Amino acid sequence: MRQPWTRTIVDGALAAALTVVLLLGSALGALAADPIKIGFGMALTGGLSANGKPALLAIQIWKDDINKKGGLLGRPVELVFYDDQTNPATVPGIYTKLLEVDKVDLIISGYGTNLIAPLLPIAIERKLTLMGMFGLANNEKYQYPNYFQIQPAGPDPQVSTAIGFFELAAKQTPRPQTVAMVGADAEYPQNALVGARELVKKFGFKTVYDKTYPPSTVDYTPIVRAIKATNADIVFVASYPPDSVGMLRAAHEVGLQPKIFGGGMVGLMFTSVMTSMGAALNGVVNYDFWAPEPVFMAMPGIKEFLKEYQARAEKAGVDTLGYYLPPYSYALVQVLGQAVEATKGLDQQKLADYIRATEFNTIVGKVKFGKNGEWAKGRTLMVQYQKIQGSSVEQFRGPGKKVVLWPDEFKSGAIIYPYASALK
Amino acid sequence: MFAWDLLANAVVAGLLLGGVYAAVSLGVSIIFGLLDIANIAQPAFLILGAYAVYVVNTAFGVDPILAGLLFTPLFYLLGAAVYRVYYGSFERRGEESLRGLVFFFGLLFIIEVSLSMKFGVDYRLVQAGYLGKSLEIGGIGIAYRLLVPCLVGLAMTLTLYLFLGRTFYGRAIMAVSQDRLALRLMGANPVHIKTVAFGIGIAAASLAGALIITITPVIPSSDRDYIGRMFAITVLGGMGSIGGTLAAAMILGVVESLMSTFFGPSWAQAVSFGILLTALAVRPSGLFGR
Repeated sequence: MRQPWTRTIVDGALAAALTVVLLLGSALGALAADPIKIGFGMALTGGLSANGKPALLAIQIWKDDINKKGGLLGRPVELVFYDDQTNPATVPGIYTKLLEVDKVDLIISGYGTNLIAPLLPIAIERKLTLMGMFGLANNEKYQYPNYFQIQPAGPDPQVSTAIGFFELAAKQTPRPQTVAMVGADAEYPQNALVGARELVKKFGFKTVYDKTYPPSTVDYTPIVRAIKATNADIVFVASYPPDSVGMLRAAHEVGLQPKIFGGGMVGLMFTSVMTSMGAALNGVVNYDFWAPEPVFMAMPGIKEFLKEYQARAEKAGVDTLGYYLPPYSYALVQVLGQAVEATKGLDQQKLADYIRATEFNTIVGKVKFGKNGEWAKGRTLMVQYQKIQGSSVEQFRGPGKKVVLWPDEFKSGAIIYPYASALK
Repeated sequence: MFAWDLLANAVVAGLLLGGVYAAVSLGVSIIFGLLDIANIAQPAFLILGAYAVYVVNTAFGVDPILAGLLFTPLFYLLGAAVYRVYYGSFERRGEESLRGLVFFFGLLFIIEVSLSMKFGVDYRLVQAGYLGKSLEIGGIGIAYRLLVPCLVGLAMTLTLYLFLGRTFYGRAIMAVSQDRLALRLMGANPVHIKTVAFGIGIAAASLAGALIITITPVIPSSDRDYIGRMFAITVLGGMGSIGGTLAAAMILGVVESLMSTFFGPSWAQAVSFGILLTALAVRPSGLFGR
């Protein structure tokens, strides 16, 4: 018996609809099972691991946050990462594997200038968009338009560490006249010293001591004593964490009390160092990128991030408070994620064009990239450690211990000057 | 006008540092100098000792030096066990040269990575009442942070010097480095003697680790900063000579301090190692080597 024609049409429509649903379902299923892979090397061991591991934790928190919201473009995000051992020689191998074997969709850099340096040529050769994490002036030579760097050094990274320090010094009364500067024989301190020399000329100070030391120096007493003998008004130090601690301890032992002391001392902002050094930090004026002052705590998403980070930090064996690098590491992947969503794809050139043209809202505030992929406007802070007592970690959670002095738009308190006054 | 006070301060700071360098190098002097075992993992035991002290200091507030002393028996046993493994796996089979070296390299990385896994990679410091304080004698400032470790380093050197020269085990250790067969004929077991010596070398490294963390913060990879100095001091002093180790450590400490004070710290280590090369060119067996 023949079926009525209406029945045939209905059956046909149902079959077609079923086919479409099945096809769509399988396509969506394939997409859902096909994550967006973000690949990177990170210093999980070696000299920079004290920063590399917290950076990794921040990125993992972002991944979890974004996946809770449904991922990017409806696909889950997966991180593929390897330990670069703080060894630049491992970087080309790691990224070749990430791109050729792991087939990652996006790459970001590991932590630090030395680890970004060997990665940039790879990104340039393959025309990839590269997000850089705390590299100082890596792109000065290449001027690669698809590189973007999250450290808020600004368009002139070499002077960024020191500019606030010397500008503050120049404003003080009585005005300091002479400068002693010292730094480690390594990439970052050397760059910072180059910037400092430029600024000394700009502000009309007189240099009375300008030396470098090898990073494996054990005791800093002779260096500090030599600086004390110059009777300098300003002492600018560009150092890595062990040297920062060594310099500060030696300064207290020798009685070095210039009018203003600090500048580019990496590590003083690490929780373990802050709690160990305690009151010895008082009076030091140093660069920083973040402080738990009201203006920063008001930025959207930061409180939630810090709560999650601090909850996971102890288990991960990383910096307990995470006030230095982690918010910026999170912001780095926030920028990349927002660009993927906005361009609705993973086209490297479209991503770069979008990142270059857009102002992003992140947990560290508004981020806009400019010349050489650096922040369009620098935001390296100058903070002063004030009124620290004992070694309790709790005192560092709130405002008032790391007072922001510079720039004015983020200023949260006044400088205690000269340095000796802050020690009382 | 020449700054004599700066010179005096630089020399004293160098001597204080030298005392610590001596302590750091004593273990190498015994294990590498006397036993002829290229224990590349020695600086890892130094940092392991530093972390052990950090744990006790942080948890119970025990003085870092005292904590270091308390840990020495444990590290002695650890050292003895490591030597037994090394002996059983390599030395007994006559495969100690290259494979033994690889064994110690492996041990170094295992210790370093284990510390990273357990403690993370934050810089670790200790607390003690005398840290940050100094005393002044005739215009010369002496930081307790350096004075206490230096005195302990000198005491360690003297103890080991007397032990090696005046006790049965000490003389047997000296003998095992010269003639194993003769030692066996005298009724002593060379493997047992070497086990004791290796244990003492590792215990010395752990105590030196307590001195290091008193002076400067450490991370698991800090061992790499000391590996060059340890072996340089041992070679300059003369292989296996405890007195030579102290003299070489003092020379390196004072030269580093003088260079840092008067010519710029960048030159400090270059000049120190320049002295090492010159001394070895003139006297290949080291200052006090036989």
